[in-house]
Amino acid sequence: MTIAGWLQIALVLGVVAAAAIPLGSYSARLMQGGRTWLHPLLGPVERACYRLAGIDPTAPMGWRGYLGALLIFNAAHFLLLYAMLRLQGLLPLNPQAVAAMSPRLAFNTAISFVTNTNWQAYSGESGVSYFTQMLGLTVHNFLSAASGIAAAFAVARAFAAGGVTSLGNFWADMVRATLYILLPLTVMLTIILIAAGVPQTLAAYPVATTLQGAHQVIALGPIAFQEAIKLLGTNGGGFLNANSAHPFEDPSALITMIECVALTLIPFSLPFAFGEVVGDRRQGRALFLVMFILVIAAVAACYAAEAAANPLLTGIDPTGGNMEGKETRFGIALSSLFAVLTTGTSCGAVNAMHDSFMPLGGMVVLFMIQLGEVLPGGVGSGLYGILVFALLAVFVAGLMVGRTPEYLGKKVQAREVKLAMLAVLILPLTILGGTAISLVTASGLGSLANAGPHGLTEMLYGWSSAAGNNGSAFAGLSADTGLLDWGLAGAMLLGRFATLVPIMALAGSLAQKPKLAGGAGTFPTHGPLFVGLLIGVILILGGLQFLPALSLGPLAEQFAMLSGTSY
Amino acid sequence: MSNIRAETIALFEPSIIGRGLRDAVVKLNPASLIANPVIFVTEVVAILTTLLGLRDALMGTGTAWFALSIGAWLWLTVLFATFAEAVAEGRGRARAESMRAARTDTLAHRLADPRDRDHFDNVAAPDLRAGDCVIVCAGELVPSDGEVIEGVASVNESAITGESAPVIREAGGDRSAVTGGTQLVSDWLVIRITASPGSTFLDRMIKLVEGAERRKTPNEIALDILLAGMTIIFLIAVVTLVGLADYSGTRLSVPVLAALLVTLIPTTIGGLLSAIGIAGMDRLVRFNVVATSGRAVEAAGDVDTLLLDKTGTITFGNRMAGSFIPATGVAEQTLAEACVLASVGDDTPEGRSILGFARDRYGIVPTPPAGASLVAFSANTRLSGLDHQGRAWRKGAVDSILSFVGTPAPAGVTEATERVARSGGTPLAVSVDGAVLGVIELKDVVKPGIRARFAELRRMGIRTVMVTGDNRVTAAAIATEAGVDDFIAEATPQDKLDYIRRVQAEGRLVAMAGDGTNDAPALAQADVGVAMQTGTQAAREAGNMVDLDSDPTKLIEVVEIGKQLLITRGALTTFSIANDVSKYFAILPAIFVATYPGLAALNVMRLASPQSAILSAVIFNALIIVALVPLALRGVRFSPMGAAALLRRNLLIYGLGGLVAPFIGIKLIDLLLNALGLFQG
Repeated sequence: MTIAGWLQIALVLGVVAAAAIPLGSYSARLMQGGRTWLHPLLGPVERACYRLAGIDPTAPMGWRGYLGALLIFNAAHFLLLYAMLRLQGLLPLNPQAVAAMSPRLAFNTAISFVTNTNWQAYSGESGVSYFTQMLGLTVHNFLSAASGIAAAFAVARAFAAGGVTSLGNFWADMVRATLYILLPLTVMLTIILIAAGVPQTLAAYPVATTLQGAHQVIALGPIAFQEAIKLLGTNGGGFLNANSAHPFEDPSALITMIECVALTLIPFSLPFAFGEVVGDRRQGRALFLVMFILVIAAVAACYAAEAAANPLLTGIDPTGGNMEGKETRFGIALSSLFAVLTTGTSCGAVNAMHDSFMPLGGMVVLFMIQLGEVLPGGVGSGLYGILVFALLAVFVAGLMVGRTPEYLGKKVQAREVKLAMLAVLILPLTILGGTAISLVTASGLGSLANAGPHGLTEMLYGWSSAAGNNGSAFAGLSADTGLLDWGLAGAMLLGRFATLVPIMALAGSLAQKPKLAGGAGTFPTHGPLFVGLLIGVILILGGLQFLPALSLGPLAEQFAMLSGTSY
Repeated sequence: MSNIRAETIALFEPSIIGRGLRDAVVKLNPASLIANPVIFVTEVVAILTTLLGLRDALMGTGTAWFALSIGAWLWLTVLFATFAEAVAEGRGRARAESMRAARTDTLAHRLADPRDRDHFDNVAAPDLRAGDCVIVCAGELVPSDGEVIEGVASVNESAITGESAPVIREAGGDRSAVTGGTQLVSDWLVIRITASPGSTFLDRMIKLVEGAERRKTPNEIALDILLAGMTIIFLIAVVTLVGLADYSGTRLSVPVLAALLVTLIPTTIGGLLSAIGIAGMDRLVRFNVVATSGRAVEAAGDVDTLLLDKTGTITFGNRMAGSFIPATGVAEQTLAEACVLASVGDDTPEGRSILGFARDRYGIVPTPPAGASLVAFSANTRLSGLDHQGRAWRKGAVDSILSFVGTPAPAGVTEATERVARSGGTPLAVSVDGAVLGVIELKDVVKPGIRARFAELRRMGIRTVMVTGDNRVTAAAIATEAGVDDFIAEATPQDKLDYIRRVQAEGRLVAMAGDGTNDAPALAQADVGVAMQTGTQAAREAGNMVDLDSDPTKLIEVVEIGKQLLITRGALTTFSIANDVSKYFAILPAIFVATYPGLAALNVMRLASPQSAILSAVIFNALIIVALVPLALRGVRFSPMGAAALLRRNLLIYGLGGLVAPFIGIKLIDLLLNALGLFQG
């Protein structure tokens, strides 16, 4: 580990933390129907949207109505994207004459983008046309992210007042999140990326003659805009197959630092927005600190693991650390940082090969996904995810202050616990169930490139990534097979919607409860004690679920490596 | 009947333990055990492991003894859990038995016409219906719960309250309720029966303490769901591990999987949960408070506003001498001596308080001169005093004294009188031989220690509100002195009701104590309403707890018992979950070390062998339930403090303690197993 490396990490995290606070209060004001400085510019657009779609943005929606609108909206967009992927050969803006996707792969891809996962079983250069990239994938990067933000605010509102049924208006939330949050930030980042040399063109792929005289087709496209929303919306689906490891997506160390900021900015801002919505900023700050502290710890662990050289490699300078699978323009610190942030958010963009990380480094990024994608998690999903953990933490430990548990003045009772447990069950069920089935069937085993614990890690990572709606690949796993295409699509759907449904029901139930007044006798959920407790609950709950699997994967590999065996 | 108090029931009384062991076996019936998902799963796994162990033993497989020992300890785990519940129930049952003795099948004298006391027919008490009227005479038992409609009598209620001093029961007013099983000591009463057979107060109380009608409380249900959810999560983790291990080249046997599953699922809290609930109710009963439901006990822990009656709770029931204010030109000592002589003949509490005050403050021992004649206090003259050799000492209401001496009030007396009245006190004047010497201030005296008590409550986040019929001025003065957070002056029943509703609308939970019929609406509206046993039937119906000692001060303890119950539940849940971490470190290296020798590094406890490691974890998991039974029954020690401090302390003890303790415990058991030579060969 180097001082320079730590400074780069500190700079990125410092900028994120500083920018998250104002963005959080901006978002809270916006989503609660207030005016922002962008209203003079975007207000007419917003109103036009409502008029065109015939929406009354003030119409209240209960949790069923809100969830119904969200599900129908996402289902409709899934169908649209599926159709686009199947028909892209016939559609315009296709200079490379990309053919239609197979039904199986199109299903997987459409699900992947609707669920904000962006698991890419296809290759961007050869698998999708410009038309699909721009009007299909990019548009979905906006819509799935906005859906997450909308749901997060709906859940936040449930804590704000007592005895209400309305969680807000889904359509207004969608329009506002897209128009005032995602779009301006994306345009800003696009301009930065273009200035740094990221292509934004509709031209066909040029053919270059290399120094050796060989001909090479160079993939281009409207990359910059999609790159921006890929990060800001924690989508993670690269325009190009190599994702942010490709110089056209991420040309320099400075840009990768900016990308690190971009992919964590909104998720880290939402706890602050939550604090504003519930009328107690300290509550938001506590949730932010939980996320932030665990991210710092994970970055430190991953960086430490990667900065040490592989002991099995002899004859190289060990001070160089583990550079296998990393870009020299980023180095170990920024690769470790990016890996932790992209798995901690449900982004899944990669600028290095996670498969080539040291066993412990790989375990850190894998564990970040398995902890429930709440550190800081996807846009929106991170906030509502960590709120479920907060409710559970309060429920277990809150009794120890001698009151039946309550969080932010809302009693946590049987119905809330039931819904929270339903939401929490999905991840172990999908990840462990999927991995176990894949590892005992010939079809699953056929996808593995490596044997032993490393192979197990690859499979575990694939299912974790899908169920956690992360979308990053550990690589080494051939994902476009029958079992994995369908299975992982199912995992993505469950990970997104089978958790969202109970969480929205939970919000509905909480909203109706009276808001009890706090006092010296109530469980304080804003201080360091709560921060420590929530960290403990997240780690213990995640650890208890996944430690057996991890001990057969990365842990076994690590100990084997130390004794001289590699897989 | 004071033997129903729990102090006499030891934590592990042999008779209770004996019966508890029997009941524990009966409770193994899966049909009843299914109500407890964690322990039910443990039992299913125990059955499976035992059957496989027996099969192995019959077929002579080498590992049969291992499967059988795991199976045996799983059975013990289940047994310890059912035993904890049985013991908790046993303690309640012991109390119920002694109450049942009071429920005798007396003959009741049923009146055909309530106005005619001479014509009745004798019916057995259980045959009485609500609405029947009976006459009960001195020496007879009250046949059932009812309302006095005629007569005044003293009643010995020790069967219910354990208090042997008789209480007065009379028609009309707030002392008209009588309880079946109590005994008339004097006079007679005509009673209209209000309870149907089998649902009298005593019947309900017996059922409650026995736990026969025990329903899971809302928080218990929620906790059960959490525990069931965690059980499912660990089922997923353990079942899928079969596939993962298979891929890795390890075949996991059923006993090993059973051990892993049972040590991970929250058996500790699962096994103790119902015992904690029963014991919480029991603590309340021991305190002579009967809650009509466990829900009410939980609600008591949540209460953050207490409505307390001034009289009897915050102040002593009577006004007492608070100061002697001399008229201009009179020495204070002179006045004090006059006060004493004037009060020697006054046997009322006020008179006695004047003597006490003079003794404490001025060191005056009352020595009436020989041959003096005492003038007792009477409601007509409103005076008391002493005559001796032509001199007259008098003390009484100011206007009475002034008309007695026949002169206008001297300088300083009128002002003093007004000042005392303004501050909420009662002024009395004192005269000697036609001269008014000064004024005695009688005032409400706040009970010693109550101010500290309220400060304690405030630290716990509980607001205290004083309810009084006094005017605002008086109320404010006492409120300040007692240190309550708020007061309701000139309180009418409607005021109380309105206040409770307003505070509840602010999101607070309210507890109050009351006895009168007009308290009933407020008692019903409050989240926790404690009715006094001496109160009316209406009040007892409206409240969700009845205080058998009729001591409104106990509201505070009721809240503390509620909190203690919840804390115990939370502490053991936290402990149980925190325990799991160590079990992974015991079992995971044990089952995978053959495949990946490097995983021995996870064996941080350096347990001797894989088999002893697994067995040690299972044994620890079972023994910890028994070890925690006393804590579950007695409750976690509760000391009043703010939520933050309480949480910090309990997290440290039960969270951190729960993480660390099993590492030590499992290691010790492993050392013991190996020292006994169970794992050689």
